[in-house]
Amino acid sequence: MTTTTSAPTTTTVLDASGVTMRFGGLTAVRDVDLTVNSGEIVGLIGPNGAGKTTFFNCLTGLYVPTEGKVAYKGTVLPPKPHLVTQAGIARTFQNIRLFANMTVLENVLVGRHTRTKEGLWSALLRLPGFRKAEDASRARAMELLEFTGLAAKADHLARNLPYGEQRKLEIARALASEPGLLLLDEPTAGMNPQETRAAEELIFAIRDQGIAVLVIEHDIRFIMNLCDRVAVLVQGEKIVEGPAEVVQADERVIAAYLGTPFEGAPGAAEAAEVEAAEAEAQSTTEGDDK
Amino acid sequence: MTTEIPMDKSTDTVKVSTAEATPIIPLPHAAARGLTVAGSALALIGTFLAWTWTEEFPGNLTVTGYPGGLQVLTLVGSVLTLLFALSGYGIRGLGWLTPGGKNSPVLLAALGVFGTTGYAMGAISQELGGLVNLEPGAWVSGIGALVALIGALGLPVDQPYGAGEAAPNLWGRIRHSLTAPDPGRAKELPSWAEILIIAGGFGVGLYVFAYGIGTEYSELFIGFLIVAAFGFTAVTRAGLLKRLSALTAKHRNVTLGAAFAAAICFPFTQSNDQFALIGANILIFATVALGLNVVVGLAGLLDLGYVAFLGVGAYAAALVSGSPASTIGVKFPFWAAVLTGAAASLIFGVVIGAPTLRLRGDYLAIVTLGFGEIFRITMNNLNGNSGPDVTNGSNGIPQIPDLEIFGFNLGVPHDVLGHELTRSANYYLLMLLFTAIVVMVFRRSAESRIGRAWVAIREDETAATAMGINGFRLKLLAFALGASLAGLAGTVQAHVSYSVTPEQYEFAGPVPPNSAFLLAAVILGGMGTISGPLVGAALLYLIPAKLQFMAEYQLLLFGIALMLLMRFRPEGLVADRRKQLEFHETGQLDVPEDKPLPEGATGVAKAGA
Repeated sequence: MTTTTSAPTTTTVLDASGVTMRFGGLTAVRDVDLTVNSGEIVGLIGPNGAGKTTFFNCLTGLYVPTEGKVAYKGTVLPPKPHLVTQAGIARTFQNIRLFANMTVLENVLVGRHTRTKEGLWSALLRLPGFRKAEDASRARAMELLEFTGLAAKADHLARNLPYGEQRKLEIARALASEPGLLLLDEPTAGMNPQETRAAEELIFAIRDQGIAVLVIEHDIRFIMNLCDRVAVLVQGEKIVEGPAEVVQADERVIAAYLGTPFEGAPGAAEAAEVEAAEAEAQSTTEGDDK
Repeated sequence: MTTEIPMDKSTDTVKVSTAEATPIIPLPHAAARGLTVAGSALALIGTFLAWTWTEEFPGNLTVTGYPGGLQVLTLVGSVLTLLFALSGYGIRGLGWLTPGGKNSPVLLAALGVFGTTGYAMGAISQELGGLVNLEPGAWVSGIGALVALIGALGLPVDQPYGAGEAAPNLWGRIRHSLTAPDPGRAKELPSWAEILIIAGGFGVGLYVFAYGIGTEYSELFIGFLIVAAFGFTAVTRAGLLKRLSALTAKHRNVTLGAAFAAAICFPFTQSNDQFALIGANILIFATVALGLNVVVGLAGLLDLGYVAFLGVGAYAAALVSGSPASTIGVKFPFWAAVLTGAAASLIFGVVIGAPTLRLRGDYLAIVTLGFGEIFRITMNNLNGNSGPDVTNGSNGIPQIPDLEIFGFNLGVPHDVLGHELTRSANYYLLMLLFTAIVVMVFRRSAESRIGRAWVAIREDETAATAMGINGFRLKLLAFALGASLAGLAGTVQAHVSYSVTPEQYEFAGPVPPNSAFLLAAVILGGMGTISGPLVGAALLYLIPAKLQFMAEYQLLLFGIALMLLMRFRPEGLVADRRKQLEFHETGQLDVPEDKPLPEGATGVAKAGA
């Protein structure tokens, strides 16, 4: 298997406890606890509408959670996106949100925003540090573009990149903020198998740099290859968490994905009835065979 | 039939297939080109003959052998047509004229000649009462222009239709015949030659601009507009503009220097104080438009009350100018007055921005529109009657004294290099300094971390905040910077116009600058560019100032022009590369050549990419 054991000294990077998000009467995320340790790749799966992206938005400060708190490396995060990014959590978006009319390099440079300090006066007066900081930013951005394999297209407009490369650029842009935790929202949506393989390798390479990764994904094979741990979100609640193999075999997960009513839900009686009928039918066919 | 036309020496020959794209008028190639050359030569000769018999028509078109007024415009246009047409023959030494399109520039120039000559003939017979007032010269030129146009319409079309496209209808064919392919890469020239070309380009630009401002009657100005518009498009289609902009992009500092040198030369071309005043007012308008471009073009904040910041700067400067009507009655030196104006605008910008910038898009536009009006009404009410007496209400603050900088009184004419610089010319030069400052501020802030953050906010605010950008703070910064730039311009404006009154700072009115015209200048010129708002402001100021007779219809025509612009060229006259791509989704993307990857740069993801 491609998964490797995490670094010997594990520290908790992300600690979300009791995160609840209500929109009026609708509870999109209910009391979800999740931790991510350093050097770990954690998967977050669940059917459509399970609240995965809402949970992401709560983590990154786009939404202010109704209840619960999110801590990064021990400090509780304020619910402001730019402060969360400054603290060290970077993210990508499910529907690609690049700065379409900026060049590839500029996109990554925007990602450097929190790690640079040069203000307006420095830019207007071209103070001594300005050129230096700008060059350093550029060099770092080019490094990241080389890392993601986009260096040759640095001067292209982001909108002109093919789909797979736009995804990569989003990751490069997120990495530019030097995060300790990277949140990826469906990084392989709409990709072909080769591109998915490439994305997998990219994520492993990111983990090897010491960045923890939390990834939302629908592609189960991708998750199984990639993740050390998987959490399953169904109807806003985390129903199970554990190593990929365990989660894959879990009845409730199968039920949630295949749509069979799960234990305790209304319709369990009907399910039992169907099961009984099926058993009976089976026994009769078996009888016929004899 | 396939014609092979020799191109610029630096590029290969291009095959122009005319099998699919037929000319509008089917003529043999040789005949069409011959007709064009002969026609434009005829139009050229006609300009040396008398066009009318009386000097009642302005410009004195009665002299034989010495073209004047509208005749000069026809002369320039037909020379241009002739040159482009001859270049199509592959005459040595003319090939550089048409690196891009070969025949569409001829057609456009011919249209310009036809338009201006036709307009001149129409205007003469309209004003003097009948065609009988036309002398043979006008007929010679007119028929020449018509022949040249017919010939040009018969020239082969530069671009074949796209693969699989059906031949369009007549209108589509006419539009298609005006398109041209992009020029190939230019031959490397020594850099002194390139700089010389840039200087020459700006020299021509200055001459055309000065001529436009110096037009003394509206007939000449209309003729000028026709020739300038068609001539400019022809030069663009010929690929010369692309070549020039490639050079200016290469030598950016030289270009800026050349532009300002040309602008400094402007007052020396004008002996009339009235025209220098137009120049100064254009600069004020353009500077404020450039400041607005920080807010609208970079940060994407639609501000409909921007003129209020100009007003704050102007009022602040007026109050400390030592004007007898000022309620404060202090007299600051100029530098202190400038700082006061800019600081007052800055504070006003922050006070307005802090609550309103939490809104997005249309809501922000409406609220800024409201604040713009609140400023004007407040200035009206601070008259000692409905409020404390600060601004004298609708009387404003008159009798603002002229500036005196280092003992140099800007109010009186000075002799510089044997040329008398009038009061307006002095203010023009002072204002030019401010324009230079604003250009520098715009350029430097755009090319920095802050400028990138502004563009990111404009592109996608949610993603920008997720990248660690404090959206509110940066938007406020853009707002405040824009406000103080307008305040700077306001301090000079108060002195140029002698007085400040509330109705100078309306949302929309007949005289620019006002909020609507400022925004129009930015959009007309091209958002996010430096030269765009300057060009837009110059046009929007000049056209109403020169065409006084249509003052009543000015806003109507202005609205129509804006609608046409949004339909046909939504990115503005001067497009930056981004906008051009944004609005014109063509099959071929304007992508730079891939850079070869350095050896050993092995990205992890390349394995599977």
